[in-house]
Amino acid sequence: MSSPNSAYPDTPDTQTKPKRHEWPLWEVFIRGQHGMSHRHVGSLHAPDEEMAIKNARDVYTRRNEGVSIWVVEARHIAASSPSEKGPLYEPSESKVYRHPTFFDIPEEVGAM
Amino acid sequence: MYAQMIKSEATQDDPEKLAAFQARIDAGEKIEPKDWMPVGYRKTLIRQIGQHAHSEIVGQLPEGNWITRAPTLERKAILLAKVQDEAGHGLYLYCAAETLGVSRDEMTEMLLDGRMKYSSIFNYPTLTWADMGAVGWLVDGAAIMNQVPLQRTSFGPYSRAMIRVCKEESFHQRQGYDIMMKMAQGTPEQKAMAQNALNRFWYPSLMMFGPSDKDSVHSAQSMAWKIKMNTNDELRQKFVDQTVPQAEYLGLTVPDDTLTWNEEKGGYDFAEPDWDEFFEVIQGNGPCNTERLAARNKAWDDGKWVRDGLLAHAEKRSIRKVAAE
Repeated sequence: MSSPNSAYPDTPDTQTKPKRHEWPLWEVFIRGQHGMSHRHVGSLHAPDEEMAIKNARDVYTRRNEGVSIWVVEARHIAASSPSEKGPLYEPSESKVYRHPTFFDIPEEVGAM
Repeated sequence: MYAQMIKSEATQDDPEKLAAFQARIDAGEKIEPKDWMPVGYRKTLIRQIGQHAHSEIVGQLPEGNWITRAPTLERKAILLAKVQDEAGHGLYLYCAAETLGVSRDEMTEMLLDGRMKYSSIFNYPTLTWADMGAVGWLVDGAAIMNQVPLQRTSFGPYSRAMIRVCKEESFHQRQGYDIMMKMAQGTPEQKAMAQNALNRFWYPSLMMFGPSDKDSVHSAQSMAWKIKMNTNDELRQKFVDQTVPQAEYLGLTVPDDTLTWNEEKGGYDFAEPDWDEFFEVIQGNGPCNTERLAARNKAWDDGKWVRDGLLAHAEKRSIRKVAAE
């Protein structure tokens, strides 16, 4: 599962460890009742997508947490790297005018 | 506490990186799986989260013992739901540990061959139905004491798992106390059974927090890294202060003659558990160590054909799918 841009870290022994013959890891996304988008809730192991959804139902929705489940095999997720933090997110820091509070609107104008 | 005696590793990392890492932790930032971290932080966390996960899984056994013997259908359904939650908690924790670069099966194998541990508390037998009450009330109560502060731990995935666990855990303690109330208000025999359960689980519950701070050698580093939030003695004191009035409400007696309220410190003075017994249990010589590990090994071995079969089926289907495209 460890490729340079996977969501999981490369550890010093990733290269040396033999590949294990085990159920793959799936990431689970759940959409709650109130119209929010699917949200990552955790991961689990399952042999295939059908079992992954069944397991996700048992592990992540025991208390009505969701009305829809997405699963995707962890190795298919590409992730940004922590070292790119600067170039990726710093540019937006200087663009404060993207927030409505940047503009002063006189009170007489009313709600806007 | 489900993680006891976690050895923290000294590391020989780049001092500059170490300082920057510590600064992030001190600033309250969360460390995420792909961030740089000291080798020791990674290793200690794998050990701690793994032990915590194993405890949830092995912790199903003492309670599973009573599912078929629960006194009513409602109690049975509740206990079943509770034991299912424990499996869920184990899985949340395994997946948190997996973000550190270890696989769940690997951790399971380390549990099964004794390289990894689980909490000492689960090596005690559950002899009567009142034990289901005592386990929920005391054992889950002690676990909550430890897990609530761990919601603020520095490692993001561990913190998120703890938040999920804590949301579900108070049901466990309340259902245990509910059993104790029923027993304590029942016939003299039932009340005696409740008292007996308290007598047997009191000291093992105090042991859950681990040895006294003066003998706890691994605390300082783990506390600096915020993977341990309170000292063992702090949490144990808090647990006693919270639990004694609850026992009084039940009309039960905490099995400690020395127990007295200390006005000055605003807490109870109480007797330490027998630490020799604790170390014996940790070494594998508790009343149920052999039975618990044998049950986990049997489940793993008996389940092998299912794991292999489903994997073979999935591989066959994916080959067919590729061929069809």
